[in-house]
Amino acid sequence: MSAAEAITRRTTYRDAVRDGLRQALLRDPRVFLMGEDIGRYGGCFAVTKGLLEEFGEARIRDTPLSESAFVGAGIGAALGGLRPIVEIMTVNFSLLALDQILNTAATLCHMSGGQFPVPLVIRMATGAGRQVAAQHSHSLEGWYSHIPGLRIAAPATIDDAAGMLAAALACRDPVIIFEHMNLYNSQGELTAAAASADLEHAAIRRPGRDVSLITYGASLFKCLTAADQLAMHGIEAEVIDLRVLRPLDAKTVIESVQRTRRAVIVDEGWRSVGIAAEISARVMEQAFYDLDAPVQRVCSVEVPVPYAKHMEEAALPQVAQIVAAVASMFNHGQ
Amino acid sequence: MANEFRMPSLGPDMEAGTLVAWKVHPGDAVKRGDVVALVETDKGVIDVEIFATGTIEKLLVEPGTHVPVGTVLAQLKNGEASSEVPAPPAPASSPETVGAPQVTVHAAVQPPAARHQRISPAARVRAHALGLNVDSLRGTGPGGVITLDDVSKAGRANAKRANSPSEDQVHDMRRIIAKAMTRSKHEIPHYYLSIECCFSRAQGWLDQHNAAVAIEERLLPSALVLKAVALAARAMPEFNGFYKDEQFQAAADVHAGMAIAMRGGRLVAPAILNADRKPLAVIMSELRDLTTRVRSGHMRAAELALSTITITSLAEEGVDLLVPVIYPPQVAIVGCGSIVERPWIVDGLVQPARVMTITLAADHRVTDGRAGARFLRHVHDSLQSPEKL
Amino acid sequence: MNASELDQRVLQIFLSIAADVDPQQLQRDVPFRDQFDFDSMDTLNFAIGLHRTFGIEVPQTDYRELSSLGSTIAYVDRQLAAAHA
Repeated sequence: MSAAEAITRRTTYRDAVRDGLRQALLRDPRVFLMGEDIGRYGGCFAVTKGLLEEFGEARIRDTPLSESAFVGAGIGAALGGLRPIVEIMTVNFSLLALDQILNTAATLCHMSGGQFPVPLVIRMATGAGRQVAAQHSHSLEGWYSHIPGLRIAAPATIDDAAGMLAAALACRDPVIIFEHMNLYNSQGELTAAAASADLEHAAIRRPGRDVSLITYGASLFKCLTAADQLAMHGIEAEVIDLRVLRPLDAKTVIESVQRTRRAVIVDEGWRSVGIAAEISARVMEQAFYDLDAPVQRVCSVEVPVPYAKHMEEAALPQVAQIVAAVASMFNHGQ
Repeated sequence: MANEFRMPSLGPDMEAGTLVAWKVHPGDAVKRGDVVALVETDKGVIDVEIFATGTIEKLLVEPGTHVPVGTVLAQLKNGEASSEVPAPPAPASSPETVGAPQVTVHAAVQPPAARHQRISPAARVRAHALGLNVDSLRGTGPGGVITLDDVSKAGRANAKRANSPSEDQVHDMRRIIAKAMTRSKHEIPHYYLSIECCFSRAQGWLDQHNAAVAIEERLLPSALVLKAVALAARAMPEFNGFYKDEQFQAAADVHAGMAIAMRGGRLVAPAILNADRKPLAVIMSELRDLTTRVRSGHMRAAELALSTITITSLAEEGVDLLVPVIYPPQVAIVGCGSIVERPWIVDGLVQPARVMTITLAADHRVTDGRAGARFLRHVHDSLQSPEKL
Repeated sequence: MNASELDQRVLQIFLSIAADVDPQQLQRDVPFRDQFDFDSMDTLNFAIGLHRTFGIEVPQTDYRELSSLGSTIAYVDRQLAAAHA
């Protein structure tokens, strides 16, 4: 059953991503998957389980452990007219392919005067919270969002997990899709809206009049929980899911802040020089005179993500901190 | 005297006023244009600006005191002529030396040491729109910062005070109007001229303009009329100024007063300064600002005392013709009736047109009907080319 | 946003431009003009307030919809519904 004709059904984020991949493979013979352990093993997060059996080795390709090599091969395939979807296990390992991504994928179209677009899609897991320690837990979405020539997607909902891939494949620029590893087991409704997921707009996941919580990825659900708690104190928080980190949908963010006059940015990346800093700057540039309080940021503590569970939790943005950051703007809880 | 600050005259008929509050303390540096006191007159509480630059030495009058115009309220040290450009203030602190890189990322914002009142940007914008002096507000936000909510509440409280006039205030306002209008009719030999002005082009241009621009930039017909009158006043300075001591003194600048009704039966005519030289967009935004401040009870002294010519409109009250009464010591006033649909003959054909009757009342001691006719014609012609206003 | 929230927000905007009106005395469905002096400048300021708060365009031709508190609330409700449709 395709996302387009889906009537609402309950599923997991993992199955929703797989559904998106299957639809892409069925729809377009140029589409193929490539990555470490995605075939026989079914992917290290089991996203591609069963696809090898259904589509065969030519289209579901296990690769050697060399990110630089298989991302480079993906770029070549995209230039050659195919529509490769490359999986990198986690964003930490993607740094081995950063040269290919930045110096080749993101620049070729510009350097060739538009003659050689690179319609490559790279999926990678990101984020912390599963006790896999510093080398598997970082959120480097901000690094990639810095690079002109790329489009950066961060699906948080089931619909986006299933639907953003189609928009990514339709794009002539390289697109990186960040899937937060904590989300794979999350459950929710897959609806017909998945078919219209775009790579342009942020989404207001909960309307509210008093403060804008601006976030993306798995932090969305922490923000929604925080908003529920704030509502009990009479503070109506609007929750914005950025969805796309490059290009940023500043319009939705600014219009929200102009209504609520307060902004808190929740970002699992490190605080300094990150996405939260960028959004804060945009708010300052475009909505300064509408602000009723300084912009707040709730981000990860600036350490490599710890292994020990209690320390890992302490290092990441949590609901209590979001609530506290909002309360500090209202003089509550003093 | 440059080193004394006196109870100002906030209108030709003001004889005395009550000092409501000081906005400065002894030792404060002030410069031309700073609001230093709130003074209550029959027109409401008004922010009074100082026209000298110096340091406040001594406050001589306690808040709550009713004193005649001209009473010395405060003494200044180093008072100097107001046209001087004040020396730039000494830098508050030496620039930070470049040293070790800053490691702290969570540096808390320290409240500035000065008695500078902290206020959020949104609250500052709202306070400005409402004409509220931020120093008089109490902040309830984190660390005592003034929030938007504080300003909104103060604005409502203030407006309620200023604009739910007591019977006395209404009575005083009537008395002031009575005095000014009686003096006008008693002293000024008015003559009146009217012109029917086709407003179709102007209206069409307005509609087109308003549909094309952002909502904040939309214009009202009164902005056009005010600009047209200001241009006529510049072209014909004998309508722009004051009749004092048996002679006419033309004003150097055109400060066009706009009669604005306050809810509850009061009327004031604050000025758009240099209206002849301002683009329509600026005139419109100042009109909006003035109306808001008049109705929330915050006018500035200069705006009330400086009008050199006045425009008054009953365009929204459904009357055809308004024959206005000059506000002394001015020498001319322009009244606008409603914009109504009328048969209009163009090239021998009758067509529907939007028509506004504009009436000039002018002082016969200063000008004659022929000059008045030219003045009205000038206003009329300007309104036929709204895009040039 | 539920109906009473919408009511409150529209009332807040109204009071910010007509700060001197007592909200207790304001009658929801009686035209503003019949309750107190309310002119085109007030209407324009009201439209600007609605635009800033709700992000809706209020073209000049829709000003007549803003004649009373009740009609304004109904108008904003329709505009918001149309925007989300």
